[in-house]
Amino acid sequence: MQRIGVFVCHCGTNIAATVDVKKVVELVRFEPGVVFADDYMYMCSEAGQEKIIAAIKEHDLTGLVICSCSPRMHEKTFRACAEKAGLNPYMVEVANIREQCSWIHKDREEATEKAVILARAAIAKVNLNTPLQEGESPVTKRALIIGGGIAGIQTALDIADAGYEVDIVEREPSIGGRMSQFDKTFPTLDCASCILTPKMVEVNQHPNITLYTYSEVEGVSGYVGNFDVKIRKKARSVDMSACTGCGECQAKCPLGKMGKIPSEFDRGLRTRPAIYMPFAQAVPAVPVIDRENCTYFKTGKCGVCAKICPSKAVNYEQEDEIVTVKYGAIVVATGFDIINLDKFGEYAYNESPDVITSIELERLMNASGPTGGHLERMSDHKQPKDIVFIQCVGSRCDDEKGKPYCSKVCCMYTAKHAMLIKDHWPDTNITVFYIDVRTPGKNFDEFYRRAVEQYHVNYVKGQVGKVIPQPDGSLLVQGVDLLDNKQIMKKTDMVVLAAAVEPNKGVRKIATMLTASIDNNDFLTEAHAKLRPVESPTAGIFLSGMAQGPKDIPETVSQAGAAAVKVVGLLAKDKLKTNPCTAKCDPMFCNGCSTCANVCPYGAITYEDQQVRGPGVNETRRVAVVNNALCQGCGACTSACPSGAMDLQGFSNRQITTEVDSICR
Amino acid sequence: MSMNEEKTEFRPLIVAFCCNWCSYAGADLAGSSRLSYPADVKIIRVPCSGRVNPMFILRAFERGADGVIICGCHPGDCHYSTGNYYARRRMTLLFSMLDYMGVENGRTRVEWCSAAEGVKFSNTMNEFCEKVKSLGKSVRLGDIRCKD
Repeated sequence: MQRIGVFVCHCGTNIAATVDVKKVVELVRFEPGVVFADDYMYMCSEAGQEKIIAAIKEHDLTGLVICSCSPRMHEKTFRACAEKAGLNPYMVEVANIREQCSWIHKDREEATEKAVILARAAIAKVNLNTPLQEGESPVTKRALIIGGGIAGIQTALDIADAGYEVDIVEREPSIGGRMSQFDKTFPTLDCASCILTPKMVEVNQHPNITLYTYSEVEGVSGYVGNFDVKIRKKARSVDMSACTGCGECQAKCPLGKMGKIPSEFDRGLRTRPAIYMPFAQAVPAVPVIDRENCTYFKTGKCGVCAKICPSKAVNYEQEDEIVTVKYGAIVVATGFDIINLDKFGEYAYNESPDVITSIELERLMNASGPTGGHLERMSDHKQPKDIVFIQCVGSRCDDEKGKPYCSKVCCMYTAKHAMLIKDHWPDTNITVFYIDVRTPGKNFDEFYRRAVEQYHVNYVKGQVGKVIPQPDGSLLVQGVDLLDNKQIMKKTDMVVLAAAVEPNKGVRKIATMLTASIDNNDFLTEAHAKLRPVESPTAGIFLSGMAQGPKDIPETVSQAGAAAVKVVGLLAKDKLKTNPCTAKCDPMFCNGCSTCANVCPYGAITYEDQQVRGPGVNETRRVAVVNNALCQGCGACTSACPSGAMDLQGFSNRQITTEVDSICR
Repeated sequence: MSMNEEKTEFRPLIVAFCCNWCSYAGADLAGSSRLSYPADVKIIRVPCSGRVNPMFILRAFERGADGVIICGCHPGDCHYSTGNYYARRRMTLLFSMLDYMGVENGRTRVEWCSAAEGVKFSNTMNEFCEKVKSLGKSVRLGDIRCKD
């Protein structure tokens, strides 16, 4: 028989305001196994924990039930507390009477009754708990970063500087990500590539960093400390060790002059050859052949690049290569893109080349961009005299068309664009249509006010209903000024849309491979929104940059550093404690049918011949054996087992059944 | 309907099995966002929806539950890759058998709810409670296995 102590937490008034804590204590005192019950203001506080430790010693407790917040919050705390008093940490159960009771019910009587029922279920379960021992697993001291934008670059540099080996897998031919497309950055207006390219070079030269560009993650298996990752290195068709990056091939590719292949990097505002580097500062400075468009790959004729390459680096025979590498930790830094604007026909984005997105404007303003930094209309190459910016295109949307969230960066980059344009071409007339201007951040509001006060950018609170291309080439913007309560009809030369950001395509596939949670908007979920913001709920998976949620460059760099510290903290350990709640087979009931091995996602179940002795049985037969190092404790085998031989420690059939009984009594 | 029943409102007893990684966290989020649902719902934490043995559900209906809901991660998002798929198949079979035995389909449900879907969790529970309430008290299953 267990000797159970029940501790009911008030959590200030979080629990006590709705649940009659004293009454709960009185009602559970006489439950089977309970020898002690008490309440306290804050059970998780040091004083509260000391109360628990004292009670364990004084009443010789063998099991604990803590009625408090969610076990996802403080189960660890109370387990550690039990361990301090010499009790096995797995003899602790938490009854969740805050998130799943006091916070959602208003009626005091009802909430108290439910709290008692939840406490009873936990008590019934603890009565069947057995001490469990944590195992150990080794840690591979190498980290993988998925995504080579500023988030991935910074995380990689910080981990590498701490002395651990890091690999970056980047889908595109070069690292650099979105930031490499930008012209200037807010709120300081320093040039994006001036601050990014030194970091890209540092990554390339760092002895602890290996780059896999033009590569994708194909499969992930294993668990924290011991991931096996399959990486597909797509065929570049250029030998990386031989290529000097001279650029001859790009210049001579016949397709380059034909102007048929839109450049992804320049968002389709100019074209590129079939053999190309996305941009001049690309790292590595090695081109790739786009096999879908290359004449040689399509028809077998041409081969100009191979002929003119001075170092004979072009290799048409190259094939995709798949490598499998072991990692201890994985960081997802897959970044963002802007939403597809097909659903926003009212802004005429697909109709007029003079309606552009903000990223396209970045390319047009960039000295290395398609116009050499000269702002011009794509239709007639004239410099626009009047520009309208439309904010929240797809952000803060109530309907299915857009995204419910604020993209966070648009207000600031629009102020930046307006100021930069006014700096170069002071007589340009600029109007910004906005819902709210949101500028929280260091020096952010000052920056926005400069746009209004010094640069006289015309901010109009209101939305644009329609953009209508006119026969004379101009654009008619129909909007509303909410402050003056009047309709606005405005002729302009160019419209810039602040399209909502969204996680990069393909992040869902990666999240599935990593079994990392993802939210309705495809942003990766944190282990705790406030206290564990750079960790995924899946152990060993960390989050960096826009993949987790909208954020600007300073925030991304800070978060990248935070993720790096978490990774270093993990890699610094030689051994990790493993979850002892693993499956266990009772050889008496097992008939070796293999059902469990077929459903096990980890290949943790094998079979061996064992001598089985019991009432009326004494034979050698094939039975299932669970490898505790591989078992992750999902319990799939336990529900699949036809003979009831498989059970899950910590969540056994009897434990869950007794919880059901207790709730239904 | 007797006089007695008319006076006191019927409150169903609902057991919810929630997987630790998605739906239990979703329930926590519903809690911290103060999104209410009836106190009739009692949650049992399991590591994965695939851990839910049909025996647990039969047991609940044997002991007087009026509804049982199993919540897991969205398809493709299972922390253990495939557990929710097994749960879905297993429960499809079990629920049709339960229906045959008199436990109507409205009393049993499998729902996907992520850790970020506090609103969905609360809405699902409200809706499910209403449904079970409208069906009234469930038949009680009897355990007729031979006992030694």
